[in-house]
Amino acid sequence: MSNSVAISIQDVHKTFHLSTSPSLWQRLRGTKKVHTAVEVLKGVDLDIVSGETIVILGSSGSGKSTLLRCINRLERIDAGRIWVNGELVGFVEKNGDLVDERPRALAAKRASIGMVFQHFNLFLNKTALNNVVAPLCAVKHMTHDQARERAIPALEMVGLGDKVDTYPSKLSGGQKQRVAIARALAMDPSVMLFDEPTSALDPELVGEVLAVIKKIAHSGTTMVIVTHEMQFAREIADRIVVMDEGVIVESGDPETLFTNPSHPKTKALLSRSSNG
Amino acid sequence: MDFINGVLSVFPALLGATPVVLQLAVGAMILALVGGLVLALARLSGNRIVRGIAIVYVEVFRGTPLLVQLVYIYFVLPSIGISIDPIPAGILGLGLNYAAYLSEVFRTSILSVESGQTEAALSLGYTPVKALWRIVIPQSFTVSLGPLGNYFIAMVKDTALTSVIAVMEILKTANSINSQTFQTTEIYTAAAILYLSISLPLSRLVVILEKKARSHE
Repeated sequence: MSNSVAISIQDVHKTFHLSTSPSLWQRLRGTKKVHTAVEVLKGVDLDIVSGETIVILGSSGSGKSTLLRCINRLERIDAGRIWVNGELVGFVEKNGDLVDERPRALAAKRASIGMVFQHFNLFLNKTALNNVVAPLCAVKHMTHDQARERAIPALEMVGLGDKVDTYPSKLSGGQKQRVAIARALAMDPSVMLFDEPTSALDPELVGEVLAVIKKIAHSGTTMVIVTHEMQFAREIADRIVVMDEGVIVESGDPETLFTNPSHPKTKALLSRSSNG
Repeated sequence: MDFINGVLSVFPALLGATPVVLQLAVGAMILALVGGLVLALARLSGNRIVRGIAIVYVEVFRGTPLLVQLVYIYFVLPSIGISIDPIPAGILGLGLNYAAYLSEVFRTSILSVESGQTEAALSLGYTPVKALWRIVIPQSFTVSLGPLGNYFIAMVKDTALTSVIAVMEILKTANSINSQTFQTTEIYTAAAILYLSISLPLSRLVVILEKKARSHE
């Protein structure tokens, strides 16, 4: 394992500004919109080494998914810096301030950061094969044949060599998620982000997806995984990070963390999972 | 029997006017599709001015009768030096009017494509524009196909309105035959049957296309 830093997160802050429709009662009293600000990330620092597998644990609302979405700039950070492979993603620095990057430059950087979503987000009008082929053609400018040559092994790798011509509507949740993984992997990313990849799956389908993720981890790709699967986290992680209320409260190697958790939040998370 | 023979005897003359109806409907539909998509994208734009212009357009064209718009284009525009022949004027009037309605179809169908797919496309390295054109819009067409088909059928029937701006379509042809023969009942019955025989197969076609487009859902 090389020691170069793949992802560097420094003092990241993020606040969501929500405006919701007022209740009837509030409306009668003249309120037009209700604005609330929720600070979801309150200064997060994390360095991830190339080839490392990081698992982020935390209860819902702890900011773990938001942090993941900030890495490829699906969410815009308010303050701090995130470097992936030494480059800022979505920003350029001008006189110490962050300025939004041009869409084209951002897209090029995102292409090297794979992401797998909780709800798969497959393109519903495309077959399994074309879900993998389309981005290769659209983003990597491959010909259809070149893309096919790369897509089929990717689908075989996730065990779906026999489903290439199947539309998402005819696939199980586990199969959909494996197509989504193949789609992200075929882009040959240097970093893979997994946002609760098994949370939307029926319990009996979780195993097949976790098996595929383990396979990728062994191939040496840098991975950041947000999950609630404790046993899986323990097996796969090089390092576990525990988040609570927008900050990292504890991090360490899985054995130490599981056998000797120091932060009360970690203890609570672990006891809840062993009871469940 | 006389009545049926009377109806049949007018058909050839009216049939001669059908190509004009199809020309109007197809021409105006193309204009309306392009215009409607542009308006829908403008409505969804982040730019407040662009959005405002699209909203004003839609409100003006939906808020005034199509008949008035046609009359305006054909009889009023010449007074400021813009003279348009009857058929192009008809295509323009129908197209501009239907663009306003189609923009709403496009807008809602674009919004109906789940945002997760856009996020996935962005995460794979699509630019926002590319994600819109390659992922979102193709799928929105599946959703909008049914409504678009219905608007096309309505458009075929609305071509009758262009009779007031001197387009020799089915109704105007019927009017002119009527003024010579006074077989009013037979002539307009024949015209109604002709419209029906265009729109009924079209609505079947729309149903079939819609089913086909949704086959993989």
